[in-house]
Amino acid sequence: MGNPCAVIGIGQTHYTTKRRDVSIAGLVREAALRALQDAGLTWKDIDAVVIGKAPDLFEGVMMPEAYLADALGAAGKPMMRVHTAGSVGGSTALVGASLIQGGVHDRVLVVAFEKQSESNATWALSTHLPFSASLVVGAGGYFAPHIREYIRRSGAPEHIGHLVAVKDRRNALKNPYAHLRIPGIDRKMVESTPMLWEPIRYLDTCPSSDGACAMVLAAGDKLTGSTPAWVLGTAMRSEPIFRAGRDTVNPQGGKDCAADVYRQAGITDPRREIDVAEVYVPFSWYEPMWLENLGFAAEGEGWKLTESGATALDGDIPWNASGGVLSSNPIGASGLIRFAEAALQVRGMAGEHQVDGARRALGHAYGGGAQFFAMWMVGSDRP
Amino acid sequence: MREIAVVAFAQTRHSATDQGQSEPELILPPLDEVREKTGLRKFGFTCSGSCDYLAGAPFSFVSALDALGAWPPISESHVEMDAAWALYEAWVRLQHGDVDSALVYGFGKSSQGDLREIMTLQLDPYYLAPLGLDQVSYAALQASAAKVDRARLDEIVRRSRADGRANPYALDLPDPGGDAFEVEPLRPYDIAPVTDGAAAVVLAAGDLARELCERPAWITGIAHRIEPHYLGMRDLARSASAAEAARAAGAGKGHVDVAELHTQFSHEEPILRQALELPESTVVNPSGGPLAANPVMATGLIRVGEAAQRILDGAASRTIGHASSGPCLQHNLVTVMEA
Repeated sequence: MGNPCAVIGIGQTHYTTKRRDVSIAGLVREAALRALQDAGLTWKDIDAVVIGKAPDLFEGVMMPEAYLADALGAAGKPMMRVHTAGSVGGSTALVGASLIQGGVHDRVLVVAFEKQSESNATWALSTHLPFSASLVVGAGGYFAPHIREYIRRSGAPEHIGHLVAVKDRRNALKNPYAHLRIPGIDRKMVESTPMLWEPIRYLDTCPSSDGACAMVLAAGDKLTGSTPAWVLGTAMRSEPIFRAGRDTVNPQGGKDCAADVYRQAGITDPRREIDVAEVYVPFSWYEPMWLENLGFAAEGEGWKLTESGATALDGDIPWNASGGVLSSNPIGASGLIRFAEAALQVRGMAGEHQVDGARRALGHAYGGGAQFFAMWMVGSDRP
Repeated sequence: MREIAVVAFAQTRHSATDQGQSEPELILPPLDEVREKTGLRKFGFTCSGSCDYLAGAPFSFVSALDALGAWPPISESHVEMDAAWALYEAWVRLQHGDVDSALVYGFGKSSQGDLREIMTLQLDPYYLAPLGLDQVSYAALQASAAKVDRARLDEIVRRSRADGRANPYALDLPDPGGDAFEVEPLRPYDIAPVTDGAAAVVLAAGDLARELCERPAWITGIAHRIEPHYLGMRDLARSASAAEAARAAGAGKGHVDVAELHTQFSHEEPILRQALELPESTVVNPSGGPLAANPVMATGLIRVGEAAQRILDGAASRTIGHASSGPCLQHNLVTVMEA
């Protein structure tokens, strides 16, 4: 795992459908400045910048690090651009952490963003390479069959997804940065919304958001700001999209990635030893599916954990206390927000959605055809 | 820092036209070749570089995982940059000390679109891109600023194309000729050709590197720097970021036998020569360089690979691989390798 690394600053924008008041540069700079302020640092204290976002087609800006170098104070410094599909926000944090763990830099600014209002992500996702016809529209069209297969295998009752949709939006009401704020949301409201991709209803999906998230990462002997969140384990895993026999419902890459992070962090029983998890759940059903994939429940049992309320803010293992991707989804930033929210929890700085006494938190992101995984474990105690 | 070396390099026989191969088909032969050269089937880390806009579709790197045969699942990442930056990320990852080998690759099929127009999309989307300034036009601004005389540019192109003809992997391009300008002062032959291709490199640490090859190309320095985006903020006649990256990588600590420079336009060679403080005795782009084959997104990695190959072959003892990104050499990476 290399040299000790900690999160010392976090900045987020208020996620919303359209940020018409700022350019892309203005958006990322807003998050970056808040992260620097949190760390008590200025631009000159930063050694390198790592930026991540989902496909360039989303805003129509190719290799945006070239344009954003000025706004992020990167001129004269190294700057990198990460792209690993939906997991990119998580990967961006990991590449930034790697620069510190590898002993190359002392302080790295990582930033991820999406300004979905400047394009149409669903259609940008529906363009395929020559000779591979697009049979689905958007991410929901791709993932709905996997969810149906999960329901078939596990025998989960059909309301489970709606429970997650309600829980995460209730959490979002406690997070000032969350995009969707739906007072009084309940199962009936979710069930009354239109079916988009069977069994995914409108309120079972994530919103389209504009937003950016930034973090300042520092070497163990270069800490500033208030409480650090120590990086206890990091891992990435990828598997091919077209491998025959690949289990897309419970992917091996996700299991291996979690096992790697748990090994580094000394976790043997995630349900008991992890205090809070921020997990990439863009469609409500992915909570029970990832509960199993990440080892919080046995195979086929994840939905029972959700149904029991264990993953609620007052449950024994809160998932997505921030409201998660279901409440805010600036796509390229969504993974980094998970990683940042995990860090906020162990720093005790999550405000109204703070899980009392959180000491170890998991940040998770996935992407592509459920084939790219990025995870980290952060903790309040120096490893 | 931990000792890391390039131990194998492979590239496609690059093509000026679409040969009907998909990206995974393009990348598979170089991957097979570096596996064969090293005898490694598994790598501690894998990283690649590519650009969705070349394919005109999101996630063009996803299908490359099929060529990799990433099973069981692998520890892998991707940069939407030239694959030379993927090599940098892999070098950083190897510094952690827990893994000893890394596979790096890059690929690009620029024959599928109009590169000159596509590159306009990397400009500031509000103030620059709408003006329609294309890649060749902004390069011409830099060529004007650099005031390199025509005879020198012609000689650079003549040398690059001759070297390219002698390189089985580069394109066969004739000696430059003709008086027409593409965008004054650049003539059509000053511009790197449209090329399809891919490349792969294997990095290994310490003893593993020594075990895998007789003469590893040890990376003694690697660094990169970016400059402001706006052309008006920079002195286009110079490359401050290349100079700073070279200093950080320790380029000047010894004689550079060979430098492979990511010159997509002939006038970039004198600018980079000056920034890297290369003496006349340094041989530049003996492979023919990007002016003889420019598979975008792999071109920078190929510079590192070609420079490493001179050491692996015993032809040189200290070389530089350079990669560039962004309009008018905005972002530069310098890799120094020694026997």
